Amino acid sequence: MIESPAVRPPRTGVARGRELRASLGANPLLTVGGALVLLIVLVAIFAPLIAPFPGDAGTATNPFAVLKAPSAAHWFGTDQVGRDIASRVLFGARVSPVIAIIVLVIACLIGVPLGLAAGFLGGWVDEVIMRVTDVFLAFPPLLLALALADVLPASLTSVTIAIAAVWWPWYVRLIRGQAASVAGRPYVEACRALGISRGRIIFRHVLPNSVTPVLVQVSLDVGGVILTASALSFLGLGAQDPVPDWGLMVAQGEGYFTPDWWLVTFPGLAILLTAFAFNLLGDGLRDRLDPRRSFLP
Amino acid sequence: MTGTGRLGISGLQISFGSRQVVSIEELRLGHAEILGLAGESGSGKSMTTLAILGLAHTVGASVSGSITLDGQELAALPQERLREIRGRRIAAIFQSSATAFNPVYRVGTVVTKALRLHGASKSDAADQAAEAMRQVLLSPDLMRRYPSQLSGGQLQRVAIALAVALRAEILLADEPTSALDVTVQAEVLDLLRDLRESVGMSILFISHDLAVVAELCDRVAVMRHGLIVEQGPASRVLAAPAHPYTAELLESVPTLASPL
Amino acid sequence: MLVFVARRIALAVVVVAGVTVVTFVVAHVVPGDPAATWAGPHAPAAAIARARAFLGLNRPFAVQLVSYLGGIAAGNWGVSIHTHRPVLSDLMTAAPASLELVISALVLAIVAGIPLGLLSARRQGRPVDHVVRAGSILGISMPIFWMALILQLVFSQRLKWLPAAGEYSPGLLFSHPLAKRTGFPVIDSVLGGNMPMLGSTLTHLILPAIVVAAYPAGLIARMVRAQVLDVIGDTHVLNARALGFGERQIFGRFAMKLAWTPVTAAIALVFGYSLVNTFLVESIFDWPGLGSYAAASIATLDTPAILGVTLFVAVAYVVANLVVDVVQAAIDPRIRLR
Repeated sequence: MIESPAVRPPRTGVARGRELRASLGANPLLTVGGALVLLIVLVAIFAPLIAPFPGDAGTATNPFAVLKAPSAAHWFGTDQVGRDIASRVLFGARVSPVIAIIVLVIACLIGVPLGLAAGFLGGWVDEVIMRVTDVFLAFPPLLLALALADVLPASLTSVTIAIAAVWWPWYVRLIRGQAASVAGRPYVEACRALGISRGRIIFRHVLPNSVTPVLVQVSLDVGGVILTASALSFLGLGAQDPVPDWGLMVAQGEGYFTPDWWLVTFPGLAILLTAFAFNLLGDGLRDRLDPRRSFLP
Repeated sequence: MTGTGRLGISGLQISFGSRQVVSIEELRLGHAEILGLAGESGSGKSMTTLAILGLAHTVGASVSGSITLDGQELAALPQERLREIRGRRIAAIFQSSATAFNPVYRVGTVVTKALRLHGASKSDAADQAAEAMRQVLLSPDLMRRYPSQLSGGQLQRVAIALAVALRAEILLADEPTSALDVTVQAEVLDLLRDLRESVGMSILFISHDLAVVAELCDRVAVMRHGLIVEQGPASRVLAAPAHPYTAELLESVPTLASPL
Repeated sequence: MLVFVARRIALAVVVVAGVTVVTFVVAHVVPGDPAATWAGPHAPAAAIARARAFLGLNRPFAVQLVSYLGGIAAGNWGVSIHTHRPVLSDLMTAAPASLELVISALVLAIVAGIPLGLLSARRQGRPVDHVVRAGSILGISMPIFWMALILQLVFSQRLKWLPAAGEYSPGLLFSHPLAKRTGFPVIDSVLGGNMPMLGSTLTHLILPAIVVAAYPAGLIARMVRAQVLDVIGDTHVLNARALGFGERQIFGRFAMKLAWTPVTAAIALVFGYSLVNTFLVESIFDWPGLGSYAAASIATLDTPAILGVTLFVAVAYVVANLVVDVVQAAIDPRIRLR
């Protein structure tokens, strides 16, 4: 047995505060990711106040300021109908992250109960749910979302539904694993022997254990959902003009791309930055909360 | 008593940052001698093993002091030289034999790889590996098995086979029998004794189990909180301990005579 | 081992069947009348009715589904309403281009990702580690269509180092015609000894492959790092060190061998993901693959074709997973001994 140098500080208030600060410092991912995400959230909330031309995020058009390169007046330039791209990009922060949250909430609402049922009840319930999940997991997310978004009228709602329909299977798998491992433990058997109902066991024991992995998975997934949503919008299946969706803006800018590079560059950069921020946060959370587990990539 | 010291430790200090965990004034292991290093968990025994192998840094510890092998100072050697010594001149076996082997390699592969690492040719390696297996009373056929397919006792023997195959002069055995049941334990101990007789291997036998130490070792050193509180011939130390801690340890060993 | 493989194949077949059903159901929610599309614009009602009968659209839904399932198994994937050719042959024509791109991208990703992941693990906590980690996260956060456009702008338009689009320079077709044997331009060039064409196909492959490789590379680097670090504290590593093995061998050989299992699983996962990603960039790079085919099918509401593409990708994904499962079992005895 190797003696490991675990020096555990006392759990008093002051010491815990110091410990927390130290661990945040030791976890640069979490701090940087958290800070960036906070920035994006603030931008989303205060967009109307920060944006230089808030009307441009809506239906305003400026026929005399069409396709202007970045300048002091328009930091990111203007688009094909003269709208200030910087303002639209800032307002775009209200679109993508919100879709991601809604999608993941739906995915959890569907996935968690199914996963609990599968893991805890076992038997044929488990088999059926797992086979159905397998079938849905056989589709790469974008593909099925594409097919669904295709049959639904093009809008943000359709995109949200399409992606949610594709994302829930992961959560079933995740929760099922948790539920199954808890279900096998001796203390659960003891509970059953005492006559405690399965429902109560699920609530008191399985659910609390599952919160952490779900939380981590959600934070890791936000980036993925944002990328998928913007891809669908890029293909024209999502937000429609004049909604300042970043993916849509890239698609609109593609036609003017080679000379007027700014239409595509900045919205895309926004997508990249947002996904990056959430991924950093997710990684940092995982390291912090549960470093030894391997999660769905 | 000290004789031609093969392994000599002098003024060894192991620390984690500012916290010192081991401080050994003097410890010697002679030719064909079995020295027991006894003490409770956490007394620093395992860290000493790591320090001898020059691997203390892998767990974040720093080492100062002198460790000599046949007179040659190890503490100052660079890692490349130390790698030549590890396995080949100083071998080590650990408690958790089940996890000491990489689960995706056949056990024989580990032995032949180690042999080839230390200079054997491909064909020689295979022969020497098989020979070593026989010496630890295992059939060479077992070399094709994966660790999960062998018992704890068998795995421990393969670990010893590694030391035998590499013709190590010194074996550091860190709680090798603690995870085994009594009958298997006896077999492994017999094996260690044989090695001492047949090839003159010096063994540093680390254990918290004084009964086993009493049975096997020529000399004993008792460790507590990183310090050696007593050392001497096993018969003397265990029959008439000079230090109160040793006496305490002896008290805790259940015997047939003592009331339960 | 054989039992293992057989069980896996059986499972795969079941999943494919399920996939087919789901795809069929989804595709039949498509608005528009396939019969009208088949008959062509301005077709009289009688022609449309005939088309409907011909396409079997007047049968009950369940019957259509079963007949479709049977057809798939037999190799009849329907007929494209738009091109009037069998869907399967259309797919076979378009598939090689996409597969070439995906496979090249995955090769790039593995060649870049694994060493970087190992490096990151060995130098944990040091600057190199942070750089590689940031880079991998950047890779998996990359909006692929944007990256394609930006790289095109920088490397094709501005620097003029690489070609912008297409699988090869069309002009070369006159001086050095490409004999189609496998459908993969790179392989066909090699087989035909067509060196100028080979050069052209390779340079045209670079940009799209890099774009598609970004996500897998980031993912693989992260996985390798995580798995290796997970293992490095284990006793067998101590044992290996005690035997005199160097850090390089320990990280690169021993730890890596353990990491292969989850890494290959990740590769299978990312194969399907990347295949769909190539669809996104095919229009940007004028790549004549399944993505372009899918886009055309969606535009013309070509149900059998849409079905075919979706099914194809899903099946490819299932097959990739199957292959990986088998490879995993071959490398890691713990899986087949379970």
